[in-house]
Amino acid sequence: MISLVFALALSTLQETPIADEPAVAGEAVPEPQRDPVTGELPVDPYEMSNAHAGAAPFTGTGMRDAFHGEEGIRRVVDGMVDRAIVDPRISEVFVSHDLVRLRRALFEQFCHILNAGCDYTGRDMEASHRDLGLQVDDLNVLVENLQAAMASEKIGFAAQNRFLSKLAPMKRDVVTH
Amino acid sequence: MNAISSHRLLAGLTCLAVFTCGPAHAQDLRNGGKLLLTNGVSTIEGSGGGGLATWSTIAGNATQEGIGASAHGTIIELPDYNWTSYGVSLGFFDRVELSYARQNLDTIDVGTALGLGRGYTLNQDVFGAKLRVAGDVVYGDALMPQIAVGVQHKRSSDDAVVAAVGGASPQGTDFYISATKLFLSHSVLANATVRFTKANQGGLLGFGSATQNNHKPQFEGSLAYQVSRRFVIGGEYRTKPDNLAIAREDDWLDLFAAYALTRNVTVTAAYVDLGSIATADNQRGGFLSLQAAF
Repeated sequence: MISLVFALALSTLQETPIADEPAVAGEAVPEPQRDPVTGELPVDPYEMSNAHAGAAPFTGTGMRDAFHGEEGIRRVVDGMVDRAIVDPRISEVFVSHDLVRLRRALFEQFCHILNAGCDYTGRDMEASHRDLGLQVDDLNVLVENLQAAMASEKIGFAAQNRFLSKLAPMKRDVVTH
Repeated sequence: MNAISSHRLLAGLTCLAVFTCGPAHAQDLRNGGKLLLTNGVSTIEGSGGGGLATWSTIAGNATQEGIGASAHGTIIELPDYNWTSYGVSLGFFDRVELSYARQNLDTIDVGTALGLGRGYTLNQDVFGAKLRVAGDVVYGDALMPQIAVGVQHKRSSDDAVVAAVGGASPQGTDFYISATKLFLSHSVLANATVRFTKANQGGLLGFGSATQNNHKPQFEGSLAYQVSRRFVIGGEYRTKPDNLAIAREDDWLDLFAAYALTRNVTVTAAYVDLGSIATADNQRGGFLSLQAAF
C-alpha cells in the first residue's frame, strides 16, 4: 500500500535531471524549470501504461463511491502526502522529490485502482522505488499515514482495507532493503 | 531467510547473548515498526497468537529490521477454577520468537474433592520457540499466509498429582505448524495450526497416560474480523487429546474482543468454554488478558 504511494511518489519524484544539454565548460548548468502549467519538474521519457499502477482496478462503482469520487480520492492523497512529508519517521524519503508530480501520480494510481475513471501515467512500482532503499518499517509508516487520511475522509474501515488489499502485494517492488 | 537477514539475526542474537551490543548493531536496528495488532496477542502458553490458539505471528512490534518484546498477564475465571498466567517473549527480526510463560490453575474446591487440599494450585512452565519459515501475514500474495513452525516445552511442577491422575510424565514437548493471514479484502484474519501433543489439559495434568502415550495431531483455528484499526473480534476453537482414564477432556473454544489501547498496550477479553477439567464439567467463564509489546 504504502509502496504504491511511495512508488508513485518516487516515480513521480525521481527527478531525473532534465537539462540534457552538455554543460559548456565554465558555464553553470541551468536549474530545471517547472512546467508553467503542471508545476512539475521535467523527467526523462518513459513508457506509460495503466499496468504500471501495479494492481487491477476494482470493478463497479462501489469503491469509487466509498472514497467519495475523484474529490475524495484527491483529499486522501493530499492528506497522506501532507502527513508523510512531516512524519519524522519517513520525511527524509521525500526530501528533494517533486511533490507536485508525486501527488498527481498517486492520485492517478489511486483513482485508477478505485475504478474512478483515471489513467495512470507514472512509472511502475519497481522502477519508482528501485533506488529508495525502503524498509518494511517505512512502508508501514506510509500505510499509517494513508489510514489516517482515509479516516479523515470518513471512509469506512472495510473499504479502507479493501483498498489496502490492492496495495499490499506491491511490497515486493517497494521494499528493497 | 536470505543471507542478509541471517547475518542480522546472528548479530542480534550474539548481541543479546553477550549484552554488549555495539553501536554498529544498535544503529542497524529499527524497532516498533509493525502495524497495529498485526503481532497478535499472547496465548496462555506464551507464544504469539490469539488467546487460546497459537498463530504464526512473531511476538513484539519489531519487523525484520529489529528486535521486539512483549509481556502479558492473563486471568480466567471459571465456575470451579481460577487461572492465572503470565509470561514474556522476544521476537527477533520478525523471524524467531522465544517465549516463556508460567501457568497457575487454582483448583479451589475441586482440590478438596481430589484430596489435594482446598485451593491446591497446579503450576506449569512453558518454554517456546517459533520460526517463521515463509510468507507475511499482511503483505505479499493475498492468498499466501505467514507460516511458522514451533515447539513448546512444558514442565509441570506437580509430579505427584500428574502421577495420581494417571499422567505418564510431568514433562512434555508440543510441536506445531501454523499458518496465519490477514485477508485485507474482507478485513478477516484466519489462522490454522496443527499441534502434535500428548498434553493433558495443556500439560497441567501431565503428558500422556499408560494407554495413550503418543503425540497426536490436534487443530487450532481462529477467525477474526477487524472492526477498526484498533479493534478486532473473533472466535477460536482448539481440539485436545483425551488421554486420561479418570476424567474426560473437552475441546476449547472462545469468543474474543481485542482492543489496542495504544501502540504498545492491548487488552483482550473473551468468553471461554474449556469444557470438563478434572471431573468438573462445563467450565465456561471470562478471560481477560493485558499485553504490553514493544
